[in-house]
Amino acid sequence: MSIATTYRTCPRSGLQFESQAEKLMLANAVAAVVFLLIGGLLAIGVVLTRWPSIHWLEADTFYKVLTAHGIDMLIFWIIFFEIAVLYFCSSTLLRCRIATPKVAWAAFALMVIGAVMNNVAVYQGSSSVMMTSYVPMMAAPSFYLGLILFAVGALIACFVFLGTLVVAKAEKTYQGSVPLVTFGAITATIIAVFTIVSGAIILVPTFLLSIGVIDAVDPLVYRTIWWAFGHSSQQINVSAHISIWYAVAAIVFGAKPMSERVSRGAFLLYILFLQLASAHHLLADPGLSTEWKVVNTSYFMYFAVLASMIHGLTVPGAMEVAQRQKGYNKGLFEWLRKAPWGNPTFSGVFIAIIGFGFLGGISGVMMGTEQLNMIIHNTIYVPGHFHATVVIGTTLSFMALTYFLIPVLFKREMIAPKLAQWQPYLFGLSMYGFCLVMMGAGTLGVSRRHWDMAFQGSALAYEWPGAAYMMMGLVGVFGIAAILGGAIYIYVTVGSLLWGKKLDAGTVSERTTPVPPTAPTVAAQTYGSSGMVAPGSFVLALIFLGAFVLYYFINWKYLSQLWGLS
Amino acid sequence: MTAISPPSERLWWKHPLDRVEGIWLAIAFVWCMVMFFMMVYWHMYGSQNLSTETYKTTPEAFAAKAQAMVDQYTVRSEVDGQYPVVAPPADSDIYMIARLWNFWPILQLEKGRTYRLHLTSMDYNHGFSLQPANINIQIVPGYEHVVTVTPNQSGTYSVVCNEYCGIGHHTMVGRIYVK
Ligand code: HEM
Ligand SMILES: [Cu+2]
Ligand SMILES: [Cu+2]
Repeated sequence: MSIATTYRTCPRSGLQFESQAEKLMLANAVAAVVFLLIGGLLAIGVVLTRWPSIHWLEADTFYKVLTAHGIDMLIFWIIFFEIAVLYFCSSTLLRCRIATPKVAWAAFALMVIGAVMNNVAVYQGSSSVMMTSYVPMMAAPSFYLGLILFAVGALIACFVFLGTLVVAKAEKTYQGSVPLVTFGAITATIIAVFTIVSGAIILVPTFLLSIGVIDAVDPLVYRTIWWAFGHSSQQINVSAHISIWYAVAAIVFGAKPMSERVSRGAFLLYILFLQLASAHHLLADPGLSTEWKVVNTSYFMYFAVLASMIHGLTVPGAMEVAQRQKGYNKGLFEWLRKAPWGNPTFSGVFIAIIGFGFLGGISGVMMGTEQLNMIIHNTIYVPGHFHATVVIGTTLSFMALTYFLIPVLFKREMIAPKLAQWQPYLFGLSMYGFCLVMMGAGTLGVSRRHWDMAFQGSALAYEWPGAAYMMMGLVGVFGIAAILGGAIYIYVTVGSLLWGKKLDAGTVSERTTPVPPTAPTVAAQTYGSSGMVAPGSFVLALIFLGAFVLYYFINWKYLSQLWGLS
Repeated sequence: MTAISPPSERLWWKHPLDRVEGIWLAIAFVWCMVMFFMMVYWHMYGSQNLSTETYKTTPEAFAAKAQAMVDQYTVRSEVDGQYPVVAPPADSDIYMIARLWNFWPILQLEKGRTYRLHLTSMDYNHGFSLQPANINIQIVPGYEHVVTVTPNQSGTYSVVCNEYCGIGHHTMVGRIYVK
């Protein structure tokens, strides 16, 4: 069967792009960057208000801006980019046409309409309810409707992705199993479908409540189902950015996964267990039983933690094996020293891996522990944790991938390559600092989503310790540095797209060239034959474990000194 | 062969496990189990576990119970009479109302004694953030959460609202004295 479309083989990467898929990727990626820009501008307002000595915005503006920052970043920037990644992982990696391009465009249109509608509702001012929009606090109907339209669009895009996999299979554009990266993308999509359905179950009644069709939505039920949506969507991000890590290991080093079975098995664990972790947002809530909390957050979540710990070894491990094959064999870490630190695609991903694991991962498991949750719930520790996961982990990985895509997908020479080289360091490392001081302030109890830590106008004001003020000041300093890093990314990306030198698009053909089959390798036939192939990564993993164990038990010690609670 | 092309072995689940991976998998698994058992262990031997005792309630019903406590045990008042300071006996049921934008009343407790603290909200979600002890509990309207507390240090504690509850959120602070 042939459908009128063309396939372009990129002369720089050898990747083959189908013309419809290429345009869709471009559109989704551009929309993503636009929302990153908006979210970044809003971050200036957020951060300069939480910096106590500046305390810039008025309370109502601050809450409005914070609501928009959360939604534009966490939902719109990330999901638009993820849709582009899904199309890449299906159509490009499997070298097939995209299924139903018209439907994919309709999905894109719905997402844009929804995102704009939601943003307008927030700026109009009667929807400063934060992205979680806990009932009974209500936003304008268009706030919920915008989110619902966006979600429907994203759901349709997920099905276009799945349809494209079917096309590839039917038209035999590859043989055997899908690549690991595509497998990771499938994981993300399956979780996405579950997530969006949960979102619909709770946002649709809330929308009906906002227009007066129904009388009430129970606040505790809302929280429970909202987090089945809110937390699971973070697992989409994790699956997506870990897929990108494997992809970048392959692109930069030609690395192959150490063991397909282990890496894919780890992705499967995400599907099986991650969504249950939504319970860890409800650990400080009334009404839920201890057993429910312990089983959902720990027993099952720890299998998901196990999966992340596996990827934490196997991604650098794959890079290490590839480097060692090139002869960088000296000692434990020559492979790492000789890595291309000047290539932002690599450095971005590596800074993301380390920050995601050490800052986001460890803090996430600590706060997801039933009892320990009481010492950080709703403090600024929480945004400290998730800026490590969703900014250092996901956002920085997306940025790193973009640097690869500028010549390959955008067909432009990157403007300001020197600036791009520094960008992951500036953005990533200042985010490290930002997350650490937020967690520090949170450990002292400072609240999140709070306009004034001096409690102006309160009869019973509390006085935070000086250290808390100092840390919140540092949040400001590191935050501004990170915003600068984000601005460089946007400048380089948008600038290259607009006025970068046009590059050779490569040969265009009417039909696809299928993915060539790969010959079985000897090593892969024998069980456990390779031995200790990645000792450096193993040592890194042990250092990680040491930090993890130490920090975990320090927090139990801290907890044990509090008031008795039972 | 690499992660962006199909695996060379069709049956990827038969692909061998590297020794580094095998060892790490075992270590990570053990650590995950340790973390799991810590939570169960703390329920048996630790003294900081969040109660799950919860009842459905209404603002009227809860306010009536809180008022009864205030009428019986008020010892003085603060802030021009707006906040009664209530010193209920140990082991009794004590009430704190969270509403836009205050916690009411002020409680006065004794160190080392135990109380059944009832929490609910009259309107939106609020947060009970006890400072500087740093104990944080969600307050959800319609649900009366009974937390058994045993203060272990004397002093003046503040209750900061740490769930966003509207424009006056930053003014919502309550107080607990421990003698
Ligand atoms: C570029 C630098 C960034 C800075 C300086 C920054 C700063 C902040 C700060 C200070 C807060 C906490 C405010 C509070 O709770 O009082 C916050 C909240 C948040 N940020 Fe960022 N952020 C940045 C980028 C991002 C990115 C890239 C994402 C997502 C991908 C993101 C997602 C969020 C979310 C979801 C919230 C929570 C909003 C809420 O509580 O409802 N941020 N940000
Ligand atoms: Cu409040
Ligand atoms: Cu509040």
